[in-house]
Amino acid sequence: MGITVEGASKRFGDFQALNDVSIEVPNGSLTALLGPSGSGKSTLLRAIAGLEALDAGRVLIEDEDVSKKPAQKREVGFVFQHYAAFKHMTVFENVAFGLKIRKWDKAKISARVHELLQLVQLDGLAERYPSQLSGGQRQRMALARALAVEPQVLLLDEPFGALDAKVRKDLRTWLRRLHDEMHVTTIFVTHDQEEAMDVAGQLVVMNEGGVEQSGGAADLYDHPANEFVMSFVGEVNRLGNHFVRPHDMSVSLDSEEGSEEAMVQRVVALGFEVRVEFVLGDGTEVWAQLTRGELQRLELREGQIVYLRPGQTKSFSGTEISAAA
Amino acid sequence: MSGTATSRWGLRVLGLGYVLLLLLLPLGLIFYKTFEHGIAPPLDAITSPDGLNALKLTLLMVAIAVPLNTVFGIGCALLLVRHRSRGNPLIDAVINLPFAISPVVIGLSLFLLYGTTGWLEPALAEAGIKVLFSVPGMVLASIFVSLPFVVRETVPVLQEIGTEQEQAASTLGANAWQTFWRVTLPAIRWGVAYGVVLTTARVLGEFGAVSVVSGSISGQTQTLPLFVEKQYQNFNLPGAFGASVLLALLALSTLLAMNVLKRKEDA
Repeated sequence: MGITVEGASKRFGDFQALNDVSIEVPNGSLTALLGPSGSGKSTLLRAIAGLEALDAGRVLIEDEDVSKKPAQKREVGFVFQHYAAFKHMTVFENVAFGLKIRKWDKAKISARVHELLQLVQLDGLAERYPSQLSGGQRQRMALARALAVEPQVLLLDEPFGALDAKVRKDLRTWLRRLHDEMHVTTIFVTHDQEEAMDVAGQLVVMNEGGVEQSGGAADLYDHPANEFVMSFVGEVNRLGNHFVRPHDMSVSLDSEEGSEEAMVQRVVALGFEVRVEFVLGDGTEVWAQLTRGELQRLELREGQIVYLRPGQTKSFSGTEISAAA
Repeated sequence: MSGTATSRWGLRVLGLGYVLLLLLLPLGLIFYKTFEHGIAPPLDAITSPDGLNALKLTLLMVAIAVPLNTVFGIGCALLLVRHRSRGNPLIDAVINLPFAISPVVIGLSLFLLYGTTGWLEPALAEAGIKVLFSVPGMVLASIFVSLPFVVRETVPVLQEIGTEQEQAASTLGANAWQTFWRVTLPAIRWGVAYGVVLTTARVLGEFGAVSVVSGSISGQTQTLPLFVEKQYQNFNLPGAFGASVLLALLALSTLLAMNVLKRKEDA
């Protein structure tokens, strides 16, 4: 197993950041830790890196218990949200840092650094300082710096969080490709479910210091273990005790069996996809995701009365909510 | 002229006038008075045996107090910023004491500790160490009065750089010592440098505390500021002014040295 965490707990004052968390990350996989802020995902990542000491539990990297090892001896590559670039060093010196610490000789360092800069497409910028780079370039430099020492595992803490939407999308694709080439066991933390699904093969959904569910992206989307996962991974409407995805709402102009009367409140065109908001007879607000074609066929206008029929619905009873890893 | 432009010019004139009247005018007068009758009189006073001894002693104070307070200051700032604990506010307050207490009082307190009736006197006498009216006492006084500068200048810079760069260094395999030398110190160097300049200026110019513990014996325990006072009291104005100018130049040159270094690096 690439990375194993067993029964990890961590408390900051009154705040229980991690509560008996166990996860398993297979060798060579790309796994996302997904959860809202305060869910403990970053603390878990930092604990794996040795940047945070656990109150209880163990961390194993390639089946070796590293719980007692300091960060400097764990052979992990860590990428921070705000880059953590060494500001007084050039791009070259930043990437060479770990190699200098390991006392490589100069020629070897130079060759390795240029190879990495090529990989992250910063080859011409070796003599620049971090302040002369854009956010995306800085993060690629940080990634090259982390990869330079050939870590056993690569850990990324919201690596694209500080970047704008376009750069973020490019870097996602790029990270996925990089992982396909390097096959280093990678965990990355994000609060963006779309990003997690786009990049990672495996997802671990966290909430309030615990793991709600883990599995493949499609698996979590189609078979969420509980209400939290259902509403966090993908959009959801709540109808009484039932949950339904907005694209599983069918809209009709005539009353059918099992349909409910609703009034159109707002129609928002988002390119190909159209978001239509309704209010039901009992005041519940729901929305449906339609295609442009459906909208044109139905000719929906604000204030119009239509009939909604939820397709696939899900309900979770208390006992079904599992916190298993 | 618009209202804001008027007020801007008003503020400028006020600021410049203040600095001119209270800082530059008195300093300029000293320079003028020193060289009023050519360079020979002040030069003679400074190159007299007592003058040279005072210069040597002053530089010795700087050579001992500044490195000690720099090392202590960086260590203390690291403790205050990086290792939060309940005792820190107390340490923080205590470090400010030399700012709050008059140097004369500092001198007197050293007198009480090391003087003939002082607590430490018996032990020191037995060991044959003379603190008062000699160099060790003057060094202690210099260290005391200039202690807070490096700490005060370094703490905000340490807070500003945060801990991520240091954490990144540790994940890359650097131990605490390597992280300090390669990451932390380069990141805080200008804060430290500014603290060193202020410490140096303070040690160069210290009068009160050193005066009390040294006894100001000509040719033996007289630093430049004490020498200036003695010359002034003896109506040897060229000597007093000459030594004053020398002191001012020493302090200015440290400030200049830092600016030159900084400019070189920024270029």
